Amino acid sequence: MTVKIPYYPGCTLKATAKNFEDTARLVAGVFDYELDDLYRWNCCGAVYGLSEDNVMHKVAPVRNLLRVKEVGEKRVLTLCSMCFNTLKRANYYVRKNKDKLEVINAIMYLENTTYDGSVEVIHLLELLRDEIGFDKVKKAVKKPLSGITVASYYGCLLLRPNEIAIDNMEQPTVMEDLMEALGASVIDLNVKTECCGAYQTVPRKDLVADRTNLIVEEARKAGADLIITSCPLCHFNLDRRQKEAKERHPDFHPMPILYFTQLMALAFGFEEEKLGFKPHYVDPRPLLKERGLL
Amino acid sequence: MGVLKLTREKVQNVDLINRISGQNVYDCYQCGRCTSGCPSADEMDIVPSQTMKFLQIGEVDRVVESNTPWVCLACLICSVRCPKGIDIAAIMEALRLVKLRNNYDFVHPNRIPQEDLEELPPIALVSAFRKMTP
Repeated sequence: MTVKIPYYPGCTLKATAKNFEDTARLVAGVFDYELDDLYRWNCCGAVYGLSEDNVMHKVAPVRNLLRVKEVGEKRVLTLCSMCFNTLKRANYYVRKNKDKLEVINAIMYLENTTYDGSVEVIHLLELLRDEIGFDKVKKAVKKPLSGITVASYYGCLLLRPNEIAIDNMEQPTVMEDLMEALGASVIDLNVKTECCGAYQTVPRKDLVADRTNLIVEEARKAGADLIITSCPLCHFNLDRRQKEAKERHPDFHPMPILYFTQLMALAFGFEEEKLGFKPHYVDPRPLLKERGLL
Repeated sequence: MGVLKLTREKVQNVDLINRISGQNVYDCYQCGRCTSGCPSADEMDIVPSQTMKFLQIGEVDRVVESNTPWVCLACLICSVRCPKGIDIAAIMEALRLVKLRNNYDFVHPNRIPQEDLEELPPIALVSAFRKMTP
């Protein structure tokens, strides 16, 4: 029987990262899960407000958690690392600070209900590891990804701060374990938890291009063919900023950047048109064709 | 070099940073671990551990007027590695906020080139506006 799981998409999964959402739906479907878009969801704000004297930046994420409670659900699934972080941190905050929760509920006085901290925020990687299990993932593989070597890039927001981390904060392995279950070779990327430059991609392309250069070159030196991520902003920075990286570093070689769900859908035997490779700046198809995977 | 004086006004400025961030800058004992892990340290006028020292001696203006809070990535490496448990990223946020709350725009939404607006994902714009506009 299909399990419907409340799903918080966030702004970018409905725009430039549609391929992440589409492939996540395919992957979830293989294990009889259906991602059920949350009713009346709003933008979470993308970044968690770090100030202690102002709760306004926490209202948007908490309002989404209230929506989950409103429809009688206990948990919400995210794909985007930034949404995951913002929702889970806001949840942690209001659970710890009941007085602040009261203030936030007072701001949301037009809502039909109040929030109480009861919702759990989970990431698709957690669902795959803890509920479905990588053994089941392994059994679902129709086209093992042998022949490619994958670098897993976690970035910041799945892991920090420790209260919300989905894995060991300094030495995570969940994505490597998942890729091994798909039959791929993996490398241990030494900069896998170092920031890609994040929102500096707006005012400081140069800074982000240098981060991209560093991360891609470290992956190459370790023997990777491509990098996987779970964050649409990491994806944009590592993929699209390769243009500026090449301009600033003439020795730079392009490398495809994929969402982990795209590789899962490929290994589960979905056809090329469903994998969403078209919007990529660095086209992964030549590499995958060369390795006999497309 | 003049003698450093911690005047009432300077202490009030430090208190403001402590209040906005919910941290205590006097907790820092200058081990430098925040700076060693910071991916933006090379770009900073004043690195994170120096920032903490300047705050402790009341030189708030000096760090507020540096580029440091504006090249911070809020990646939280400093915060999670601090042996004293100081959320340094929250202090960087406080340093941005003292300017943003006075209606300062570091990023001007109407000055982003059209070709950038067409390619930047929503997540980049939302996060940049949240961190760098009032």
